[in-house]
Amino acid sequence: MRTWLRIFFVGGAISFRALFAWIRPAVYVPTLLLGPTAQVLFFAYLGRTAHLQSDSWFVIGNAVQSASSAALFGMGFAIDGERWTQTLSAVLATPANRAALFLGRGLPVLLNASVTSATGFVGGALLLGFRPPLSSIPGLALLVLLASFACTGLGMLTGAVGLRMRDVPIIANLSMAVLLIFCGVNVPLDKLPHWMHLAADGLPLTHAIAAARRVADGASLGSVTTSVLVELGLGFAYLLLGFALLRWFELEGRRHGTLERA
Amino acid sequence: MRHVRVFWTGFVLHFKNLSASPFMMMTAAIWPLVYATLAFLMFRATGQAPSLLYAALGAAVMGIWSTTATSAGGAIQQQRWYGILELLVGAPSPLILVLAPITVAIAAIGVYSIATTLLWGRLLFGVPVHIAHPLLFAVSIPAAVISIGMLGLVLASALVLYRAASAFSQALEYPIWLITGMLIPLSLLPVWVHPLAWALAPTWGMRAVRHAALGGDVGAPLLVCAGLTIAYGIIAVTLLQHFERLARDRATLSLT
Repeated sequence: MRTWLRIFFVGGAISFRALFAWIRPAVYVPTLLLGPTAQVLFFAYLGRTAHLQSDSWFVIGNAVQSASSAALFGMGFAIDGERWTQTLSAVLATPANRAALFLGRGLPVLLNASVTSATGFVGGALLLGFRPPLSSIPGLALLVLLASFACTGLGMLTGAVGLRMRDVPIIANLSMAVLLIFCGVNVPLDKLPHWMHLAADGLPLTHAIAAARRVADGASLGSVTTSVLVELGLGFAYLLLGFALLRWFELEGRRHGTLERA
Repeated sequence: MRHVRVFWTGFVLHFKNLSASPFMMMTAAIWPLVYATLAFLMFRATGQAPSLLYAALGAAVMGIWSTTATSAGGAIQQQRWYGILELLVGAPSPLILVLAPITVAIAAIGVYSIATTLLWGRLLFGVPVHIAHPLLFAVSIPAAVISIGMLGLVLASALVLYRAASAFSQALEYPIWLITGMLIPLSLLPVWVHPLAWALAPTWGMRAVRHAALGGDVGAPLLVCAGLTIAYGIIAVTLLQHFERLARDRATLSLT
């Protein structure tokens, strides 16, 4: 158990530091800290152009959604980066518990996604006057963490696909695009076509964003329990599916000798 | 004439090379569809927003800037990674003639975004594509592309010594979309932003494209766009000469 925890925490942290060339401040700040604020501003102004919703509505949607870029690219690179540094075979040759190995990589990604999302809120507060009630901030923080968890689960799934396909950035980009359109980030769900609305229910972010908007409007966290549980369930479902795919692709890769073929 | 040949050969080579890159094609062809879809859905939801063709054109030109922001800022860094930056600097052709075709080719593959966005809007959202001045539209598109490419060249030149140029350049994606009026009218932005927008050629390129398609004065924005494009060329040459000398002095040209 001690080894499991060591691989999970220490291994995950080292992998995060080692595999992310962009973790340097010169790259991290413009990409992951300024990006969410720029996104929040752009869509808030687009919302004003369309006379659609208030600035706060867009701040919440886009700030929470910005967790997805850190989570999807983070998990993608945490797995695919091993191939680029030609250490994938070595990592998979170890007897380390696979759950500790791969899930441990998700923890720093999850925390990073939450920080990224939080900067979107701070940007919205500084530049657009976003002022949720102080009592709602712990609830919002929890929902950001939850959305980051669900996105990390999806990132595990897309990262696993990256074990089979070459272009992880493309898969991550496409997943982000789907989340941006479908999850009620910038278009109210009731304004989307019915099939998109249905699809949104099965995606990460949809429920966390809806809950965050209600909490920011003054609702208690208890009143959004259903959304919280659904988002949590989706996060676990994507995480488990991603982990299962990782194991399957690992076994397939060993069988066909294609682990490094990318 | 030799300079034109160097530019053209470089442009064709890089255009073909970039067109074969799945990542660049996704940036050029898929992301503009995402933004166009969002804009269509948002504009259609209220009925108080500008027309859907306005949104389609804006999303299309956003795609041109996307490809530029994603890749042009790091164009020099890319040559550094390939290990050929020293060779390029040492070649008899001026460095500007080696670099400009790269950034203009990067912007030019954004032309795919215009085709896919207009087609997407027509097929999925029934956006009527009636171009008010087809000839001026055909002139405005390359003007906008070249102006955005030259802005990318200024970025690439200014970031020669900055190793994280690509990340910085990508961070400018949303701000340039925001302040150049691609989807959001300038009148909605704070007044202090306006002079900044006027100094950016894409503002005028976008205006020319939009007026050519929807009706309005095309000549004035086209002329301002051309003037700013030339100014960007001069700025890029000056910056490149300065930073090239600095990099040679410090022997840091090939350091990644």
